[in-house]
Amino acid sequence: MSDAITILIVDDEAPARSRMREVLSDLVPQFPHRVVGEAANAPEALAQIESQQPVIVLLDVQMPGMTGIELARHITARAADADGSNPRPMPRIVFVTAHDEHAVEAFEVGAVDYLLKPVRAQRLLDALQRVQKVIPAEQLAAIEGLARATHTQRKHLSVHERGRVILVPLDQVVYLKAELKYITVRTREREFLIEESLTSLEEEFEDRFVRIHRNALVARGSIAGFERVAPSADNTDGGGDPYWQVVLRDIGDKLPVSRRQWSVVKGLVG
Amino acid sequence: MNDQTPAQMRPAGAAPGAVDAASPARLKRVSDGAQAPLLPDFCNIGIVVRVLLAANAAAVAHALVGAASPGDAVGRFVTIAAWLEGSVLLSLAALCTVRRSVAGRARSLQWATAVGVPAVATALVSWGVHRIGLDGPGAASAPVAWPAALRALAAAGAGWVLVEYFRLRARAFSPSLSEARLQALQARIRPHFLFNSLNTVLSLMRSRPREAEATLENLADLFRVFMRDTRELVPLDDEIETCRQYLAIEQLRLGPRLEVSWSLDTMPGDALLPSLLLQPLIENAVHHGIEPRTEAGLIAIRVERVAERVRVEIVNPLAQDAPARPGNQMALSNVRERLMLLYDMEAELNAAPADGRFRLTLEFPYRKERRRRDVRRHHNPDR
Repeated sequence: MSDAITILIVDDEAPARSRMREVLSDLVPQFPHRVVGEAANAPEALAQIESQQPVIVLLDVQMPGMTGIELARHITARAADADGSNPRPMPRIVFVTAHDEHAVEAFEVGAVDYLLKPVRAQRLLDALQRVQKVIPAEQLAAIEGLARATHTQRKHLSVHERGRVILVPLDQVVYLKAELKYITVRTREREFLIEESLTSLEEEFEDRFVRIHRNALVARGSIAGFERVAPSADNTDGGGDPYWQVVLRDIGDKLPVSRRQWSVVKGLVG
Repeated sequence: MNDQTPAQMRPAGAAPGAVDAASPARLKRVSDGAQAPLLPDFCNIGIVVRVLLAANAAAVAHALVGAASPGDAVGRFVTIAAWLEGSVLLSLAALCTVRRSVAGRARSLQWATAVGVPAVATALVSWGVHRIGLDGPGAASAPVAWPAALRALAAAGAGWVLVEYFRLRARAFSPSLSEARLQALQARIRPHFLFNSLNTVLSLMRSRPREAEATLENLADLFRVFMRDTRELVPLDDEIETCRQYLAIEQLRLGPRLEVSWSLDTMPGDALLPSLLLQPLIENAVHHGIEPRTEAGLIAIRVERVAERVRVEIVNPLAQDAPARPGNQMALSNVRERLMLLYDMEAELNAAPADGRFRLTLEFPYRKERRRRDVRRHHNPDR
């Protein structure tokens, strides 16, 4: 029993989860497996994946708070960026959707499978057998493609801290600052570290953040104003010249604006 | 795109063409010109105001064109107004009265009414005005027959133009294009709702077969209503029952996340309204207010009578972010369009966020069923 394939069911609707359990139980003779848990939302799902390490995740596409497609990105990213010290297998994902023409079109192209609700036992069996053979890198690429095709913008950044995944809502992020290998994510309350590229974050969230410096993106809504800083002995950043810095709402931090970005940034506050 | 954007409706440039809100039997086919009543609803305030304005604008134009001086123009207008206002008002009152009895008859009779009533009314008023000497200085001695006949002829022409205008307008507003028809049909069949509901029924099948049965019964009733002609008028009681059946199904799916409160104490259950006017608004509240939330949310529904009007209020939590899925944007604009067609300026739909919640209010005239008491009235207390 211990080597049976483990499955996690993620759906915000209780009847849909119990229906999925029933159909899965019918399939035990053909497809030995064990349902290791159910989750009704994204944080629950990420916690269960962390503790149960399921092989397959059956993931509802339409969920409140975070869509299944965004959640899939966090799940696969979590496995992909694990450093060598703690390799985590990437769960294979099968999407489940009631009816969504656009998503269904997008599913047709990638290496991810999807099921339509109400789910049929035979169709579920096919998907379970097929998904095991999917190569993690292909699944990762397919989910990224799916996110693009469905215009799914992440609304959260996933942060890995001491074996836990924390979802940081993007609307709480004040600025993102590149530091050596990591990016500091500053919210009103605290800081987090993530491993992503500032350039790709800038591209993905162009409407939310503006680049003020080679190493920093600032939330447009968090800019309270600008201050001119006179040259001083400890100001070597601008080669001794005066420069501007952004004053941030809520947290009171100030970040320097590079001369190159000033022309772009200065128009943002009346 | 969120459907629940602040908006207000006060249709100003439209009149309810060939639609009569008070006669369900005649409402069947608005779009198929052949069976629609020819005469617009002359009892409707919007139409009365517009006809009066148009007649007076024509009078002012006529007065200005032939006038030698501003004072002359005023004099000319007063002379025209003396017989014009009375003629128009008498024509409208007469048309309002005879309209109902003429509507089901032959087309030729309807045309004759549209042309003949204004002509006769104008002739009568002209003669009356002449008799009491309001016709202008020195006019009392002039013969009355010719001017009255010419005015009557002009009134007949105006009647013809008016009916033709409302016919064209009714045609423009009806979804005659096949694409629009398809969209309307899809909006009514609601594939997402159907598949989700079937999935709910399947989940109940093994563990709670009785609930599965009840849910299928609700679903069958709902789809019967969805597939009915939405121009049909139904009593408010029936529409509320449809809303309850819809919410019962969503309750199973959403569980404790969906909370509903009803206050229907002063609801006039016999008030007539177009079928499926309220249900899509409640469905909208579920989609935008409850589905995108992880925690519980309340939909508060209040229906009351305020003087001679029915007032509906639906309050739901404001969506935290974009709705879980697009595709329902049409609900509000759809209801708005139907209200405008049916009630013109007498209906009002307001929808805007207030105090962190989304509040929709809808008001329309309280009209009761006059004839055919029991069109469709089956209340099942088990539901």
